[in-house]
Amino acid sequence: MNDTIATTEKYHTHISSKTKRFSLNLGEVWKYKDLIWLFTKKNFKLIYKQTILGPAWIVLNPLISSLIYMVVFGMIAKMSTDGVPGILFYLSGTAIWTLFSTSLTNNATTFTQNANVFGKVYFPRLTMPISTVISSMIQFGVQMILVLILLTYFAITGQVHPNWLAWLALPFVLIQLGALGLGFGIIISSLTTKYRDLSLLVTFGVQLWMYATPVVYPLSQLGEGTLRTIIMINPVTMPIEVFRYAVLGVGNPNPFFIGISVVVTIIVLLFGISLFNRVEKTFMDTV
Amino acid sequence: MSNNSNRNIAIQLSGVKKQYRLGQIGGGTLTADLQSWWARVRGKEDPNMRIDQDQRLIGKSFMALNGVDLTIYQGEAIGIIGSNGAGKSTMLKLLSRVTAPTAGEIDIYGRVASMLEVGTGFHGEMTGRENVYLNGAILGMTKAEIDAKMEDIIEFSEVREFIDTPVKRYSSGMYVKLAFSVAAHLDSEIMIMDEVLAVGDMAFQKKCLSKMRDAAKEEGRTVLYVSHNMNTIRQLCDRCVVLDKGKVIFIGDVEDAIEIYLSTADVPQDITIDYKNIPRLQWLKYVNTKIRTLESGYIGKDSVRFVSSEKMRLYIKWINEQNVKDICLRIEILKRDRTPIGTTFLYNFYSGDKNNVSSVECELDISALAKGSYAMTYVFFEIDEFGNTNDIDCVHGLFFEILENNVSGVIWSERNLGNIRFPLINKI
Repeated sequence: MNDTIATTEKYHTHISSKTKRFSLNLGEVWKYKDLIWLFTKKNFKLIYKQTILGPAWIVLNPLISSLIYMVVFGMIAKMSTDGVPGILFYLSGTAIWTLFSTSLTNNATTFTQNANVFGKVYFPRLTMPISTVISSMIQFGVQMILVLILLTYFAITGQVHPNWLAWLALPFVLIQLGALGLGFGIIISSLTTKYRDLSLLVTFGVQLWMYATPVVYPLSQLGEGTLRTIIMINPVTMPIEVFRYAVLGVGNPNPFFIGISVVVTIIVLLFGISLFNRVEKTFMDTV
Repeated sequence: MSNNSNRNIAIQLSGVKKQYRLGQIGGGTLTADLQSWWARVRGKEDPNMRIDQDQRLIGKSFMALNGVDLTIYQGEAIGIIGSNGAGKSTMLKLLSRVTAPTAGEIDIYGRVASMLEVGTGFHGEMTGRENVYLNGAILGMTKAEIDAKMEDIIEFSEVREFIDTPVKRYSSGMYVKLAFSVAAHLDSEIMIMDEVLAVGDMAFQKKCLSKMRDAAKEEGRTVLYVSHNMNTIRQLCDRCVVLDKGKVIFIGDVEDAIEIYLSTADVPQDITIDYKNIPRLQWLKYVNTKIRTLESGYIGKDSVRFVSSEKMRLYIKWINEQNVKDICLRIEILKRDRTPIGTTFLYNFYSGDKNNVSSVECELDISALAKGSYAMTYVFFEIDEFGNTNDIDCVHGLFFEILENNVSGVIWSERNLGNIRFPLINKI
């Protein structure tokens, strides 16, 4: 009998109409870590179902974009790549940008796309966006293999000089970009429960954002001035510059702007989670 | 029941209200909402207001639950009944935390396995086994817990041969069996179910019911069950809650609850039924339906009220989907809670070719039926050369009320006297 009392006390849930202003509810998310992993596996299984090339698309996608950038920005517009071979410059840029952009766009539809599941059973909704970010990271990892192969070749032939010590910063860069994409993604998904037009804006906005970030051009291209400062305030810029500095040996990480970027990331993430947790309670009534 | 005060509480609701706003919620687009807001700020008229819209209706709300206080104890199997819109589903949604209450507090002691729908999150492209893992995890199990129960789940589901096949290749019956099996094996102290048993074959439904009974009686779990089927409520529950217009109007004995529920629900007054827009019954998926019923109606009546001395005349119209020979019809008469009362037959009355539309007019002797309201089910069937009956279509038929008996001296109470008044006793 004591056992039952212990169990029931352990699983006591209190539901009240009054909601706390700010709650992250991360403990509960941790309890569902197996679910996060299963969602991640499901994401992979389903994206490449019924495609001829299957998972090969993970590397084909950035490879094709990189080739297009090489032609458009490299050959036609003759934009600088800071002396890095074009294919490596664009491929690494696309890979790291995709990590951020898929984390954002795939999460922006969390509520609207999963309304049928969310309407029937409770689990911490945050598990879904988190698994999306993990999927993006794994995808990035696979793309990095291709980058590493190219890098090895170009490093041996002396065309790039990576800063190997700075590679220690890469895990933080990945986590920050994932967190930033997650934060923006869940803010948008929380708002799309009421305002559907936001979801149409997302694809478009992310495209624009890419051009406001040094992905297909180096930061050095911008010279000095207001434009450069604006681009550097963009919270995605500094993580990408750090990444470039480590992997390609070029790029201009700036401690002050790195600080700004980290602070923005933390604010966006905390605000996003708190908004998301508030919306998840009643979104079924408005969706 | 007398020692309720000593028992542990499983679920407690106090003053729970759930409000839904009627009509449109917001402008739907951000720009429209900003426009409306800006207009309000300047004290102008809202540009997004519909011309014909009644100002008073704006912000009008609907209370799906209007102050519910309820205590459910551990190990109880409790039924929740009420007519459509009484608030049953809203209550289950609140308890399974799909949505939050507008006012009031809910305390839940224990893990909740909610089955508002079986197979939530099942994905067609994934195999049965993968779906078991995913569905189990959605319902709150860890991978280790699912691993430990996998064998039981597969065994119970009866789909062992297909467990590594994508579920999109499953029949709907197999799908439901697997899904229910996962839910039934959860390590939860509280099970919440919304008519999940409406699907699957009879044998499996029985198995599910006994599984749930065991959960309550032997494992001491708390079961909350919502259904329109009073028979399963009777079989499963020890207490019953009746909801009406968002309030609890009765808690207690199951039979009393059913009687109260039926007295609050209105009898449908339709004198004809058109089956075109009515979905076919679930279980017909598993039978060879050779005909399709089109419509039915009373002949020479403009209401559903009969006196038992009357003869009931009705017609049923159907189309042959295949060639049929010597088909038979049985009309089952049921109580409003769908407990069968009796059945009457019409044998070998029709043969015809595919695509023919035909109808039959029948006269039923209802003199034995006591005062009360009743439902009918029409079943068309064939008898094969081995004497087996095969159903070829089945629909819920018309409702009717018997107003009075032609016997004097007894005030008929359904509860004590039943529904049939047999012919008078012969003194010998």
